[in-house]
Amino acid sequence: MSKTLFDKIWNTHVIAGQIGEPQLLYVDLHLIHEVTSPQPFDGLRSTNRRVRRPDLTFATMDHNVPTKDIFNIQDQMSRLQMDTLAKNTKEFDIPLAAIGDDKQGIVHVVGPERGLTQPAKIIVCGDSHTATHGAFGAIAFGIGTSEVEHVLATQSIWQMKPKTMGIKITGQLPKNIYAKDIIMGIIAKHGVSFGVGYAIEFYGEVVEKLSMEARMTMCNMSIEAGSKTGMVRPDQTTFDYLKGREQAPKRFDDAVAYWSQFYTDDESEFDERMTFDVSELKPMVTWGTNPGMALSMAQRLPGIQDENDQKAYDYIGLHPSMKPEDIPLDYIFIGSCTNSRYEDLEIAANMMAGKHLAPNITAWIVPGSRAIRNQAIKNGLAKIFIDAGCEWREPGCSACLAMNPDKIPAGKHVASTSNRNFIGRQGAGSRTHLASPAMVAAAGIAGHFVDISSEDFV
Amino acid sequence: MEAFIRETGKAVVIPNDNINTDIILPKQFLKNILKTGFGKDLFYDWRYNDDGSINESFELNKPEHKGVSILITGSDFGSGSSREHAVWALTDYGFRAVIGGGFSDIFYMNATKNGLLPIVLPESERSVLRQVKSNEQISIDLPAQTVTYNDNTYHFEINSQWKEKFINGEDDIDNTMKFEKLISKYEQQRVDFG
Ligand code: SF4
Repeated sequence: MSKTLFDKIWNTHVIAGQIGEPQLLYVDLHLIHEVTSPQPFDGLRSTNRRVRRPDLTFATMDHNVPTKDIFNIQDQMSRLQMDTLAKNTKEFDIPLAAIGDDKQGIVHVVGPERGLTQPAKIIVCGDSHTATHGAFGAIAFGIGTSEVEHVLATQSIWQMKPKTMGIKITGQLPKNIYAKDIIMGIIAKHGVSFGVGYAIEFYGEVVEKLSMEARMTMCNMSIEAGSKTGMVRPDQTTFDYLKGREQAPKRFDDAVAYWSQFYTDDESEFDERMTFDVSELKPMVTWGTNPGMALSMAQRLPGIQDENDQKAYDYIGLHPSMKPEDIPLDYIFIGSCTNSRYEDLEIAANMMAGKHLAPNITAWIVPGSRAIRNQAIKNGLAKIFIDAGCEWREPGCSACLAMNPDKIPAGKHVASTSNRNFIGRQGAGSRTHLASPAMVAAAGIAGHFVDISSEDFV
Repeated sequence: MEAFIRETGKAVVIPNDNINTDIILPKQFLKNILKTGFGKDLFYDWRYNDDGSINESFELNKPEHKGVSILITGSDFGSGSSREHAVWALTDYGFRAVIGGGFSDIFYMNATKNGLLPIVLPESERSVLRQVKSNEQISIDLPAQTVTYNDNTYHFEINSQWKEKFINGEDDIDNTMKFEKLISKYEQQRVDFG
């Protein structure tokens, strides 16, 4: 019987339970960070339980990290959370990449980078952007804090099998249009909840040609489409990315042979299918306060249809029929688990090479991990950013959620490569405009958004 | 976890759709290492004015709504980040059930783990419940899977395993450890390429 990629991985992980009811699944990799782990460890201690498989668990620090002066943690709660993680991982024997460690970074960046993220695994983390890891052909999803405790204690998790949705990406990707524009385009068209209850698989020729970094960007924002899981079938690109990484399987060829069985036999197996053609896609930008409130550089800001639109406009300080070019930017932020990988920084640096930021712009460039930061310094990307007038930061979540000192001031507009433009997300009163790294970098130079798919750029 | 069998209590209506976890509990309150005490920060940005004073016009702050245990809301409740703190804030405040048009998957799961009963009812039925007055009560009967307000009784769906968990107030981990032998067996047969 033909099956989807999702079904095949699911079926190899069921320990107990029937379809139609919650099933107990084995977890191959459990990633943890300082924010959602203190209570679970507390729970373990109070019930005298141990971590079942510390060897299948990996911890890093990201949300609270001060990216300007990484060891100078001013906020007492931030310090407490990070100290608590250090203490807990020591007590329960879990590997930890603490600040300053060359393995430290955003949890969804370091998992793949270490080679821990692999095809056909079930991967969980107490963070909704865990979907990122699905780019490797894994089932990866965010879990709540009680579930973190449950996975620590049992290395398994109860889940209801979701329905599957195949999104076929067709056409020719125009120049300067990226994975970020594709996923933002899909969400702009179908809204922020079409994926609820579905595991999404992205497929088709366009996806096959995307790098691992680009696939991660797409899967990362599946959650912004309402789905807990986005995935791409593992292929040669996946295997090439993993080969030689620290935690990649020792018997690599055997692993590749195993992984190669994991693909969707027939697209008719998806419960739901849609097609998205990219040939006419233009660079995407959000105008409002959820990721579905987006438009392309060829459009004008939409009219006010309902109260939600009105509230979004009131918050964001723009008005209908403005052009994206008219958004008065103050900041640019290049970072987050959506777009802070080496490839993202390289694309952004290419936009900035030999140029300087516009006078109205403050720029924060925050690499996703220490390893990426080091590579970017070595290969000259850091110098390009610094010469352009950007602040070159230490790895962490930074202004993606502003739980650390990196907050966009109230009323200021930021062009951001992150994933959420919710009210207050990047700092109380901050006004977020999501876009691709190339768009954000170009906006930094011009001082406002520009259509980088226009002839002036390509 | 506290068992949930039946609840008869006062209800408050916050009818907005798309109330996400940032609204339920803003992220500045995640910097805590405990599970309790979040109730005072529930709906923070709506409950308090910019200067920290109480926003008297917000439903939850009205004296007649003191002691509510049932929240009636719109569709797509609890979307956004996976923070379980949002559920802890609701239970710490005293809510035992949320009646909405739909819940995000993660929020729903988190609620089932903390004894907060999420109930999905269609708009036509919620529009009746929204008329509830501060001196009236709503009854929820989980074994019967019904919500009753005055003469109206509505049926809701819930997965049988979760229903049982709510009724027994079972600890998840104890429950799973009944399958310990199967977990060990899985571990022995699990593929591993070194
Ligand atoms: S970068 Fe942003 S979305 Fe990603 S894990 Fe950090 S806070 Fe969450």
